[in-house]
Amino acid sequence: MTDDQSPTILIVIIEDEPQIRRFVRAALEAEQYVVVESATGARGLIEVGTRRPDLVIVDLGLPDMDGLDLIRDMRVWSNLPILILSARSNEADKVKALDQGADDYLTKPFGVPELLARVRALLRRLVRTHADEAPTVRFGEVEVSLAQRAVTRNGKNVHLTAIEYRLLAQLVANVGRVLTHRTLLRDVWGPNQSDNTHYLRVYMSNLRRKLEHDPNVPQHILTESGVGYRLVLSQDE
Amino acid sequence: MTNPPGPVWPIREAVLVCVGPGPDSEKLVRRAARRANQTGAPWHAIVIETPSMLALPESARARILGILHMAQEMGAKTATLTGQGAVEVAIAYAREHNLGTLLVGRDRYRRLPWQHGFAEKLGRLAPDLELLQVARDDEEPGTTQSRFVPKAWPSRLAWRPYLWSFLVVALVTAGSAPLHDHLDLANIIMIFLLTVVFAAVRLGRGAAALAAFLSVESFDFFFVPPRFSHAVHDAQYLVTFAVMLTVALVVGQLTAGLRFQASVASKREQRMQALYEMARDLSSALNLEQIVTICQRFIKQGFNASVTVFVPGLEEQLTLAEGSARLEAVDVGIAQRCFAQGQSIGLEMGMIPSSHALYVPLKAPTRRCGVLAVVPDDQTWELPLEQKQLLDTSASLIAIALERVHCVILARDAQVSMESERLRNALLSAISHDLRTPLTVITGLTDAMRMAIPALPEPHASLACAVRDEVARTTTMVNNLLDMARMQMGNIVLNREWQTLEEVVGISMSGCTPLLAQHTVRIELPADLPLLELDTGLMGRVFHNLLENAAKYTPPGSQITLSAHQEGDSVQIVVADNGPGLPPGMEKELFEKFTRGKMESTVGGFGLGLAIVRSIVEAHGGSVWAENGPEAGARFVLMLPVGHPPTIPEEF
Repeated sequence: MTDDQSPTILIVIIEDEPQIRRFVRAALEAEQYVVVESATGARGLIEVGTRRPDLVIVDLGLPDMDGLDLIRDMRVWSNLPILILSARSNEADKVKALDQGADDYLTKPFGVPELLARVRALLRRLVRTHADEAPTVRFGEVEVSLAQRAVTRNGKNVHLTAIEYRLLAQLVANVGRVLTHRTLLRDVWGPNQSDNTHYLRVYMSNLRRKLEHDPNVPQHILTESGVGYRLVLSQDE
Repeated sequence: MTNPPGPVWPIREAVLVCVGPGPDSEKLVRRAARRANQTGAPWHAIVIETPSMLALPESARARILGILHMAQEMGAKTATLTGQGAVEVAIAYAREHNLGTLLVGRDRYRRLPWQHGFAEKLGRLAPDLELLQVARDDEEPGTTQSRFVPKAWPSRLAWRPYLWSFLVVALVTAGSAPLHDHLDLANIIMIFLLTVVFAAVRLGRGAAALAAFLSVESFDFFFVPPRFSHAVHDAQYLVTFAVMLTVALVVGQLTAGLRFQASVASKREQRMQALYEMARDLSSALNLEQIVTICQRFIKQGFNASVTVFVPGLEEQLTLAEGSARLEAVDVGIAQRCFAQGQSIGLEMGMIPSSHALYVPLKAPTRRCGVLAVVPDDQTWELPLEQKQLLDTSASLIAIALERVHCVILARDAQVSMESERLRNALLSAISHDLRTPLTVITGLTDAMRMAIPALPEPHASLACAVRDEVARTTTMVNNLLDMARMQMGNIVLNREWQTLEEVVGISMSGCTPLLAQHTVRIELPADLPLLELDTGLMGRVFHNLLENAAKYTPPGSQITLSAHQEGDSVQIVVADNGPGLPPGMEKELFEKFTRGKMESTVGGFGLGLAIVRSIVEAHGGSVWAENGPEAGARFVLMLPVGHPPTIPEEF
């Protein structure tokens, strides 16, 4: 992040596996972030409380406490971005963690480029919320202006139904961030529809047909298997 | 009951029908059932055992109990009550159970002015009850052939009490004769009356009547002057004879009636006691074996018979219950028939004449849970009606106990399978965690090397890349192995959701990007495909494996096409390539575990990919096969059932 003008960025890693901590630290430090390691959840909470980091990376399978509890505890007093690391076998925990306020996740094994992309996206979102700019986003041939409620593709207006627009607006407002099925259903359809994930699937499929170049191989409106959806602006994220 | 219940409070319709010896009882019950069903009202059917009813022949009583049983099968609550007057008992029952409507047969014509019909009496005594008189069939009583008249029970010739009665009167006469000079004739009469009472108490109704006649006769012959002759000097003695005969008969009949009622009551109490004890024992039984033991003991004591208990096994086939011995006279075929029909058959039931056992179905509220085969210990075994009822009641008790034990077993099994599922998952998670952690570390460390600043010099940079690729492949293999293990270790538990096919394919595609870098992939999914009920994760694995397979076994630059279309109740999905195609004859074997297209191949892998594909597709109720395409290349075809997709509300 050479173009970043802000002072040093502090990241806390809470992970019990020393080798994973080691390479995550190496990768992050190569990007000029300052990293603090913690092997246990209890220690991690203290680090987060005293050092006020800009981002926390938490492993869901900690030996001393449940990762979910840790996230819940942190969310009580802090709004800072949380990135979770999870093994493939605890899919359900991952979704729960996201529903409880974690911002994004990485499934083990993950590569360094993915890790850095997620970290950047989370930090950028932090900066943007501080700046509070009116979000206008471009992806592929599409431009979405939330202020004007306008969606254009190659300069032409795209007609979206009310639900499709609300769905897109949620994705745009959370660019780069994974949104769980439950969150989307709650925000778009209301609190009583949280079991009807098939609504979501059908409307997402419609959105892709209207906005994606090839709806069968989506480049921007991505599915996170078993978790939810994510809008990415360009492929290198 | 100390206080008689108050008048009926008609909050809702409820019907009471009294079953009596009349010919239209059966019709009454059917009418009551129809009426209750139409209004959804509860209904009760009762039998009132008055002394006069107890005096009826057994065939008539059997008919009444049969009708009561029919009412129970039709959904009535039934009860057998005792009392002197049927009307009073019926009214008390109706008030106690808050039954507002009484269904009775229309009264017959009055024979004598002071005879009142049942309905008329009811109307007079209980103005708060609604009375419905059901039309009477104009058939002569006795010509109505009810299907509830069983064969007459063989009754032993009961001549003994009469002989005793004769002997007692003779003895009393002989004993009193010497006292003739010392006692008034009035006192002699008293002695004879006492004799009649004795006969009534000890010998029964008929013997009492005989004693009454004999007493008058012997009094006349031996004591009234002129003695030893039937002639009578004083005409006043005729009055004496008449009064003596009347009093003797009345006292005798009353006494005998009371005694009969007392003995009926005590027998009923014995039955209740036996039932109560069995119910108590059954309620503490914990397993099938205990229930069988209790059942054997009860049938032995109560019916002097042995019993075999059958319980349904696989596909409703009856098998011997644990701890129950197979008796020689018991036929499994008949038991099976009894189980299927849900009715008692065998022995006295007149359906299988040659059978030596009685088969009683065990009916619990939710299902039939077995058959009781009762084999009498001696050949001249009889089952009076009350005993038959007792057997039926005990069969329901046993059925409920069996049902309870069955539920306990179900619950335990569910818990065991839940527990083993939990253990299995814990084990797999642990293995998966332990295998993945080093993979994550190697991936991360090689990434760090590749991205190091300053960049690694060649050939180290390409070595790092090679390590990275191998790790990716190892990861895929570990995933396959763990998936296979998960599927082998237990039933695949699908987490099915209504899903669009394009989303599942999209997920697999994004996971395969590096593998497919050197191939062209075309996805042809029509927009109107129905939603499919799939486990997204597992189905994604299927497409991942198929695409990976195609990429592995076709030369770089080949084209892979994934297409789908609906075909009737199924969706057909085809993954085709334009590579070299499948070796002939290998189409089926490919889906076996550890089978690979080319044995001596440089392509890595265990040959698990397609086996996993088949397991997953079959768990979804679909099928998968491989074939060679019409032109060139291999085709993998999946058929998935459409099912009943939910509707999506149209947006307005």
